Amino acid sequence: MLTYLRKRIISSAVPLLVVVVGVFALARMTGNPAALYLPLNATEAMREDFAIRNGLDQPIWVQMAQYFGGVLRFDFGTSMRTGESAADMALRAFPATLQLAGTTMLIAIVLAVIVGSAAALNPNGILDRFSSFVSMTAASIPDFWLAIVGIWVFAITLGWVPTSGVLGAAAWVLPVATLVMRPFGTLVQVVRGAMVSSLSEPYIKLARSKGATQYRVVGAHALRNAAAPGLTVAGDLTVGLVNGAVVVETIFGWPGIGKLMIDSILQRDFAVLQACVLLTAIAIFVLNILIDIGYALLDPRVRPSAGARGRRKARNEHRGQNNTPATTGTPTTSAPVPTAAIDA
Amino acid sequence: MTQIQEKPATQKTVKANATQRLGRPSMFSMLLRDKFATVAAVILSFVILLAVFGPVLMGELATKQNLMFMNKEPFDLSNGWAYILGSDSLGRSMLARMVVATQTTLLVAVPAVLIALLIGSLWGVWAGYHRGRRESISMRIADIIMSFPSLLLAVVVLFVFSPSAANIVLILAITRIPIYMRTARAESAELQSRTFVDAARTFGTKPNAIIARHVIPVVTPTLLTLATLEFCFVMLAESSLSFLGIGIQPPDVSWGLMVAQGRQYLQTAWWLSILPGLAIVVTAVAANMLAAWMRIATDPAQRWRLTLDKQTKKSLTTVIKDTK
Repeated sequence: MLTYLRKRIISSAVPLLVVVVGVFALARMTGNPAALYLPLNATEAMREDFAIRNGLDQPIWVQMAQYFGGVLRFDFGTSMRTGESAADMALRAFPATLQLAGTTMLIAIVLAVIVGSAAALNPNGILDRFSSFVSMTAASIPDFWLAIVGIWVFAITLGWVPTSGVLGAAAWVLPVATLVMRPFGTLVQVVRGAMVSSLSEPYIKLARSKGATQYRVVGAHALRNAAAPGLTVAGDLTVGLVNGAVVVETIFGWPGIGKLMIDSILQRDFAVLQACVLLTAIAIFVLNILIDIGYALLDPRVRPSAGARGRRKARNEHRGQNNTPATTGTPTTSAPVPTAAIDA
Repeated sequence: MTQIQEKPATQKTVKANATQRLGRPSMFSMLLRDKFATVAAVILSFVILLAVFGPVLMGELATKQNLMFMNKEPFDLSNGWAYILGSDSLGRSMLARMVVATQTTLLVAVPAVLIALLIGSLWGVWAGYHRGRRESISMRIADIIMSFPSLLLAVVVLFVFSPSAANIVLILAITRIPIYMRTARAESAELQSRTFVDAARTFGTKPNAIIARHVIPVVTPTLLTLATLEFCFVMLAESSLSFLGIGIQPPDVSWGLMVAQGRQYLQTAWWLSILPGLAIVVTAVAANMLAAWMRIATDPAQRWRLTLDKQTKKSLTTVIKDTK
């Protein structure tokens, strides 16, 4: 386990470093924050003073060295906008995103398991065709549009839920419903595929001939064996949610990390942006490890004795199994860094 | 087995139908066998035609303001056909604006998909064929690109360069290259250990020739299917960027931008953002369905599903059920 963890950390460190350096450099290419933070008629002296206060007068490599020196002492800089510690701001926003992503994934998984199993019981039946159409549509609706339609129908016309905010259970309905669509649509297809192949295995025949009820055959025998591929895809989708909720968080005014990230990009709040990127990167790293552990629990063939290699191999085999070419990943995808935030 | 023998007629029809189609069925006939895919193909062709010819026909109408026709409701023929889909706050025809936006949307999505497909596939196939260091370095690069916050990349391009459609194409293409790279690498790494590749190697064929003549033809169907799926994704990504204000900039117009612009009029004129959004959904679902069909049609092991007519299929399923 420890060897596995150590290998994991080492192989993730390089991409992580490149991303942080890249974000650092790119962020500074977007323009001088002085133009945003100082009044229009600011004098040259004021601009210089601003630059010196924020360390922007130094060459970029000096700034970078200072930043990494700070990171080693757990000092992630201060926000230009609020003067607060950047790490505090990121840590404060993060639970909101985690709660949102957690609730969404829980609902998506439960629904997808029910619908996907029901569809798999009779492949190419009416229910199967219907669920595949629904899931395909769910996976291709743009979330920002769905959010707007939701606001229009349920918040403005019917007045059942607030348009934004985090107070009360009603405020959760629209953001969660919007975010659930894509994971649900993708997972239904994965669960269905895994269940179809699992239901045709000999052990199902054995269970049936023992006289197990349909409920037990599906629920206990087939589902448990179909869970592993579902877990892999669910993990990937959660990773997407953790850093892809930008649009939904912006529309619903959800004070999460996605909104903080886009705000700090637009406001040239470099320290906060870097803290956000680092935090999501670490979170995704932890998430990937949790998925691997859950995987080992589900599938005895990939218990730790098989080593990281066997584990990854099995994971990738399952990725290939669900018939989506997009997920036939390579075994080298262990980078703990946020996938494109565009997944929003 | 005994049950099959009791149904000789069924078997005969299956056989007769099978002999009717010697050789490979054409893609077109396979498309017609799948109703969903046929509808999807028709929708996509219509969208493409709109994008090519629409702006020529309606370009002027799309920018013509008419304050007499402000915020007209859609589906009301009394305002004339140009306002069949309503009008915006400046009295411009929604129909014409959506048609023009079709072109912008496709002009971003299609080149982005093609560029990413070309670069990503070639790179991935090359890396997978050669294995070793070339492979691991390439995959590291893919990891890095994948993990980069592309929102930030979009903002950088927007501020440093001009926010033109070409630059958005570039961002979307770069961020999507790793997807093709990974798939192409995995496939070609598997292929390069096959006997037919070994045979070519033994005859002294050069690596590049092997890649071009033996590896690429095999991986192409998978990659094309992936590209169709990606078209859906890239279109959604473009509209997300435009929606956040870092994609297509006014006075250009794309579906995503129209949704964003209509957002503030949601209470008074719902159609301004609902209709362009519907256009996105319909196109995306069509692309998704076509990809689902392509996945079956290009897979030699599954293709037979699309070569059977309804009657044969029915008799075949009874045979299968009986053997069970």
